[in-house]
Amino acid sequence: MIEIRNLSKEFQTADGTVEALKNVNLTIQDGDIYGIIGMSGAGKSTLVRCINMLERPTEGQVLIDGQDIGALSTSELRKVRREITMIFQGFNLLMQRTCLKNICFPLELAGVNKADAKKRAMELLEVVGLPDKANAYPAQLSGGQQQRIAIARALATDPKVLLCDEATSALDPKTTHSILELIRDINHRLGISVIMITHQMSVVEEICSRVAILDEGHVVEEGLVSEIFSSPKSKAAKRLVFPEGAEEILLETKGERRIRVVFSGAVASREPLIAKMAMEEHIAASILGASTRSIGDKAYGNMLLGINGDDDTVQRAMNYLRSIPDVLVEEVTDNA
Amino acid sequence: MLDKLLSPETIEETLRIVQNEFPLAIWETLYVTVIATALAIVIGLPLGVLLVAGEKNGVLPLPRPVMQVLNVVINLLRSVPFLILMIMVFPLARLIVGTAVGTVASIVPLVIAAFPFVARLVESSLREVNPNIIEMAQSMGASPFQIIMKVMIPESVPSLLSNFTIAITTILGYSAMSGIIGGGGLGKIAINYGYYRYMYLVMLLAVILLIVLVQIFQSVGTRLSVKSDKRLKGK
Repeated sequence: MIEIRNLSKEFQTADGTVEALKNVNLTIQDGDIYGIIGMSGAGKSTLVRCINMLERPTEGQVLIDGQDIGALSTSELRKVRREITMIFQGFNLLMQRTCLKNICFPLELAGVNKADAKKRAMELLEVVGLPDKANAYPAQLSGGQQQRIAIARALATDPKVLLCDEATSALDPKTTHSILELIRDINHRLGISVIMITHQMSVVEEICSRVAILDEGHVVEEGLVSEIFSSPKSKAAKRLVFPEGAEEILLETKGERRIRVVFSGAVASREPLIAKMAMEEHIAASILGASTRSIGDKAYGNMLLGINGDDDTVQRAMNYLRSIPDVLVEEVTDNA
Repeated sequence: MLDKLLSPETIEETLRIVQNEFPLAIWETLYVTVIATALAIVIGLPLGVLLVAGEKNGVLPLPRPVMQVLNVVINLLRSVPFLILMIMVFPLARLIVGTAVGTVASIVPLVIAAFPFVARLVESSLREVNPNIIEMAQSMGASPFQIIMKVMIPESVPSLLSNFTIAITTILGYSAMSGIIGGGGLGKIAINYGYYRYMYLVMLLAVILLIVLVQIFQSVGTRLSVKSDKRLKGK
């Protein structure tokens, strides 16, 4: 379990003091895939770097399994860092080493003997699906493959936590999806907690169970992804869920009820869902806003529907949509 | 003048000098250059590493006064003209090799002139290393020494090789100058025969050989640098 307590971080710049993080409190349970999302400059990268003390917080603590890692000596901290490894937006592979040697790198640092390190690296190449790339150099690989090697490297020291700093931001949607699948798979199979830093709501939607929304250094909202999606409370959350004109979309129209439909991998992308609902259930719904993407034959994203009708109509519409697997449906109410 | 320069007697004597003296001179030039470069790297590489690692935001921050002294010493040595430096280090050469003149003695001023230069070249190579890669190593629990030995230096090998090539060709040029203080090699031949005895043909040949050596060093160095760079491997 990772507990972030009253964490603040200030930077001294030429223009004075900049508060990057202000009194952040978060708890990340073991085995979670935890999203931290925010716009550029919200403090996400600083926050993730405080978790492994690459940045020293100005105030507050980071507890990992109850241990205050800010209080550790430099050499103890280096050992702890083997348990909280990190992958990056730019992959950060050693360009002059083969993939195998890249994966061996953290093991070398830890003093593991060469033969054992090589054996472990070969296993990890299997895990990330690139067993034939052992002797290739990073420059010979695509972005997605490079990130897989980086993931293998991050797993080499059997970490408890994997920090992902915009790990998919440099990748195209299809590759992003396959990397996210790999991370989910690692989370399931190896039980490693994952902290995903991202500015893409789609990434959070796709794999995170919980999410914290960071805005100007503050955590403005925190909770289950499904909850935040169906009823974003803060301005920042609304902006992220509906990047274009969240305010207008969420403006109440008289007599209209609104329901949010969240697709998390539903095999529904080719079904004319709303049209079918109109034909089969005779419910006319207007799409107030949508941000959905299809990856392969699966749909991700969410949609806000406006329905004119009584409780019964809304209930029927929700039941209809709920009958489709991997679709979450929730009514959006004012006090939400 | 040209007929005098190319008269049969001159050509004959020139050929004699080429046969008798050039092989040794080439050898002397080569070994002085290579040894001086090697020693300059031995001293300059760690200093270059300190210049980068020892900075405030470096992996191994050193006290400010230490960095200031380091920078001042390097700049100072780099600003003394080589001809003057050779004379200034006479006592040191005497201390180290027992004499201030001759081929071996000329290695001392060469190293002293070259190591600050090499330190700056190393500094510029190491600064090219992507800071994100250094952060990655820190995030994996690397110590400053491990970052230097396993990340900064190996990642900048192609750039280091290309900068060491610049160093060796520059040192080759300096070594020719050391002919003035009795250092052996092609420089001595050019000065002794060309300048003191007006045998321009000998001087010309010595200079041509120096040019050829520079060309060889440069193309070998460039090839090594390109070959060592794994970023240039095709997909």
